[in-house]
Amino acid sequence: MKYQSVFDIIGPVMVGPSSSHTAGAARIGRAARLIFGKEPTWAAVHLYGSFAKTYRGHGTDLAIVGGLLGYDTDDDRIRFALETAKKKNMKIEFIEDTAATEHPNTARVKLGTDDSSMELVGVSIGGGKVEITELNGFELRMSGNKPAILIMHNDRFGAIASVTQILAMHEINIAHMEVSRKDVGKDALMVIETDQNVEDNVMKDLEQASHINRVSRLMS
Amino acid sequence: MFRNVAELIEQAKADSISISEVMIRQEMDVHQRSREEVMGQMERNLVIMEEAVERGLQGVTSHSGLTGNDAVLLQKYMEKGNTLSGHLLLDAVSKAVATNEVNAAMGMICATPTAGSAGCVPGALFAVKERLQPTREQMIRFLFTAGAFGFVVANNASISGAEGGCQAEVGSAAAMASAAVVEMAGGTPEQSSEAFAITLKNMLGLVCDPVAGLVEVPCVKRNAAGASNAIVSADMALAGITSRIPCDEVIGAMYRIGRSMPSSLRETAEGGLAATPTGRRLAEMINGITKEKE
Repeated sequence: MKYQSVFDIIGPVMVGPSSSHTAGAARIGRAARLIFGKEPTWAAVHLYGSFAKTYRGHGTDLAIVGGLLGYDTDDDRIRFALETAKKKNMKIEFIEDTAATEHPNTARVKLGTDDSSMELVGVSIGGGKVEITELNGFELRMSGNKPAILIMHNDRFGAIASVTQILAMHEINIAHMEVSRKDVGKDALMVIETDQNVEDNVMKDLEQASHINRVSRLMS
Repeated sequence: MFRNVAELIEQAKADSISISEVMIRQEMDVHQRSREEVMGQMERNLVIMEEAVERGLQGVTSHSGLTGNDAVLLQKYMEKGNTLSGHLLLDAVSKAVATNEVNAAMGMICATPTAGSAGCVPGALFAVKERLQPTREQMIRFLFTAGAFGFVVANNASISGAEGGCQAEVGSAAAMASAAVVEMAGGTPEQSSEAFAITLKNMLGLVCDPVAGLVEVPCVKRNAAGASNAIVSADMALAGITSRIPCDEVIGAMYRIGRSMPSSLRETAEGGLAATPTGRRLAEMINGITKEKE
């Protein structure tokens, strides 16, 4: 079931005017920022379907940029997000894309700094709830508002076991887990949604585990 | 977890508890949270709803100037005392409008289930509050009951206008409010589901056609219709009227109707009222102002 909590229905508390086009958009931007791990200096955002047709009226642009600045759905500063980004010299571009997507409210966020970049696809499925469906070309499925860790690793024997062992040691419960890869034996991505936030010490252990290249996290 | 309304009612009956209690227990169970935490979070949502209504009743105008201050007009009209539809119904309408006027002005609201349909549930709640004199806990429970039905719709159909049209948003919100009014008024879980079905049936086919893509025209007034529909249907259910089509089948119908709607009528601002001569003129005017500012 896509919706797991009554607070997905009665909630979120948010700045108007649209739960899918404003609150959901902010959550996609924020998830991108958190997974990237730092404030980007540039972002190119492709909008599809209803997002592309109505983003100005709904403040979707303000909300995504607000999310990139780290704001949550109920942060009043969303209204001034574009001005704030400008002041920070963040280069932002919105592209109204006409390509067909599975869901009408889809955004592809490319972002980065001088030396690193990332690409993420988020879908706003209604009532402020979102799904992250792609990260750097890897398909995945995560809600973006639950605690999660994303682990880039090599597709080798034992990589997954070493990660789950560390989580077990720290008594962290896995709510949902997915592994995807582009080719056998090459780069792979592990996405683990957890019941609790993953703290710094756990992150450190994970980074040192074998076959692990990069670890990032979402906190709730 | 209950997967449909039939299971929700079944759980309530099996344990001789209210729908709100089923929802509260499920939330505690699935998310490993205490009753205090769950009730506390819902009360914070309630406070946001109260503040939004209060702000709307003082008068707000949206950035575009398309909506605002109608809640104030209604309250002034009601003060005269000789309204046609009566105090309670108009009170619900004005408070629903107040919420959506605040939403349109990019104010703080609680999505129920969405922002565009955020007026129906609080509008109905704060209007029946004066008649039924609920405790604070009963008001919080109202939101859990509404949420329980919305939970079923979100998982089995859709609460997104871009996916299912306005019937998925204001239709769902009005029906959720209706079910919650029934519980607060002392009705049975079955009567809540009848009220939900009756309300949603009367909202089937409603398209999402916002002028200039803004959550303003016709969204604010559709919430007025949603809130009044909720209360009228609640009264019908409390009178013992049942829906010939069961609740879950009505939700299924709503989903299939949404699937067959063209994209021009699903929040793209390309059809319906958005495509009328006046709708287009307003869109051009507003877009012109926005571009000038950039």
